[in-house]
Amino acid sequence: MEGFIHQVISGIATGGIYASVALALVMIYQATHHVNFAQGEMATFSTYITLTLINIGLPYWVAFLAAVAISFVIGVAIERLLMRPVANAPVLTSVGVFVGLLLIVNSLTGWMFDYTIKQFPSPFSDKPMLGGFLSGHELGSTGVTLAVLISVYLFFKHTRLGLAMRAAAFNPVSSRLVGVRVGWMLALGWGLAAAIGSVAGCMVAPIVFLDPNMMSGILLYAFAGALLGGIDSPLGAVLGGFMVGVIENLGGAYVVGTELKLTLALIIIISVLTLKPSGLMGRKVYSRV
Amino acid sequence: MRSSWLIALLVLIAAIVPVASFSGYHLFQLTMVVVYAIAILGLAILTGINGQISLGHGAFYAIGAYTTAILMASWDVPYWVTLPISAVVCAGVGFLVGLPALRLGGLYLALTTFALAVAIPQVLKHKAFETWTGGVQGLVIDKPEAPFDLPLTSDQWLYLFALFVGVIMYILAVNLTQGRIGRAMRAVRDHAVAAEAMGINLAMLKTRTFAVSALYTGVAGSLGAIAVAFVAPDSFSVFLSITFFVGLVAGGAASIGGTIVGAIFIEFVPNLADKVSKAAPGAVYGVILIGMMFLMPKGAGGFLADLWKKLVQGGAR
Repeated sequence: MEGFIHQVISGIATGGIYASVALALVMIYQATHHVNFAQGEMATFSTYITLTLINIGLPYWVAFLAAVAISFVIGVAIERLLMRPVANAPVLTSVGVFVGLLLIVNSLTGWMFDYTIKQFPSPFSDKPMLGGFLSGHELGSTGVTLAVLISVYLFFKHTRLGLAMRAAAFNPVSSRLVGVRVGWMLALGWGLAAAIGSVAGCMVAPIVFLDPNMMSGILLYAFAGALLGGIDSPLGAVLGGFMVGVIENLGGAYVVGTELKLTLALIIIISVLTLKPSGLMGRKVYSRV
Repeated sequence: MRSSWLIALLVLIAAIVPVASFSGYHLFQLTMVVVYAIAILGLAILTGINGQISLGHGAFYAIGAYTTAILMASWDVPYWVTLPISAVVCAGVGFLVGLPALRLGGLYLALTTFALAVAIPQVLKHKAFETWTGGVQGLVIDKPEAPFDLPLTSDQWLYLFALFVGVIMYILAVNLTQGRIGRAMRAVRDHAVAAEAMGINLAMLKTRTFAVSALYTGVAGSLGAIAVAFVAPDSFSVFLSITFFVGLVAGGAASIGGTIVGAIFIEFVPNLADKVSKAAPGAVYGVILIGMMFLMPKGAGGFLADLWKKLVQGGAR
């Protein structure tokens, strides 16, 4: 029983990281109906920026915040330069551009920071907490993810800018008519998604170690989480992310073993898409075919 | 119409010439071009003609390769017999993967197949199948020798064999896509509602197209395994799937001839780029992908076809 509880709690801890990446995916999906295949690579790149800033002597939290800000700017720039022209292009084009972005960011990371596996510091103590169920880092990173998720929620629900962003995603034409600058709202969404991704990257790096392909598996779990919760529901994506974290941990411990954890993500994706394509909290979309 | 057969014939003649004059390694590279061309052809039938996006065709390539390798290593099946078997296996798996595809719009299918591509090396490595797959080490298979005492080296024979299979696959693909079924596939891509109103069984057609596409890529995988004489899980990473996708886009998604351009591209460009730095192939792929999407949305194949049309019309005037 004790082992079971331990697995569940540490599943929630990793689930928080999936939840934030899933939230980043959903934010971009809601606004543009594109899935950002490069989300994970962008987060990895941001994590390397944090590490570089720490290495030149900045304190951890200063480096962390600076990297979040830089990621935000990079996200906005990518939207402005690359995504704007293909906003209304067919799916094949947008998938092509996203996969291209994935490849470029991945090799840029490898080229700038080389391919060796690096250690990434954690700002939290590594003493076991909560009666030995959690390491200090797991507890701290869960706290940070929750703080991010809550502030994103408050931002969207209770600020004018958040309202404008939701409006721009929901109905671009009407929003433009009432004076919302839809283009900039999308860019802002990209920036926020990149910033959230960078937080997730910094929180996961101490656990899995830092290398250019660090996030590719995590991206898959985040996809699974986003789909499970409903890809057009931010709250659903967060819940889905946590659930996938728990399912992955329990499945890895009791059912399939650690070697098939990625396959588990594939199974979750396929079963959600075949059994309940709208996810747990998403809107049902009806099409004529 | 006649001119395109003429071009195909010229390409074929140009492809046979190197047999005598090229050295072993360059012939091997050309064999891989043929292999990749068949794999990308499968993707082109699915994506270009039918409009379904797959980022996971490396998985079918892997399944084809492993089918051949297991048959040859465990049961001593002759290499050429493994091709039809792996075609059937891959078509079956493709049909099963295609079943959920019915429910999925373009993006979700891309996502699911992407997940498939990420997961497949793990499955191949898993210890439950280790007796057949050889686990992480993979399997080594024998390179076929030329039959009937033909005066050919094994590389030359392999190249001719791959070319022979490739020609058959291309003729079949052209027949398929230009006939009734090909028209139905295009109709589904261009306007699903209208296609259904015309009496096309959307679900069945999409799933079957997926199966045919998986069959092509699976046969390519088999040929690839025979050519390399070795299979291992890590050679079928998600990067392979992305490579096929890049080849498809570079050649032009809906262009059958473009698949050859795409195959030449993915065989030779990484080799060249690798000389610059380890990171370069990925960056080159990425830049080419985005560049193609912005500048040549129909790919090199579509671009050349348009150019050819202009030339022919210019001459007729």
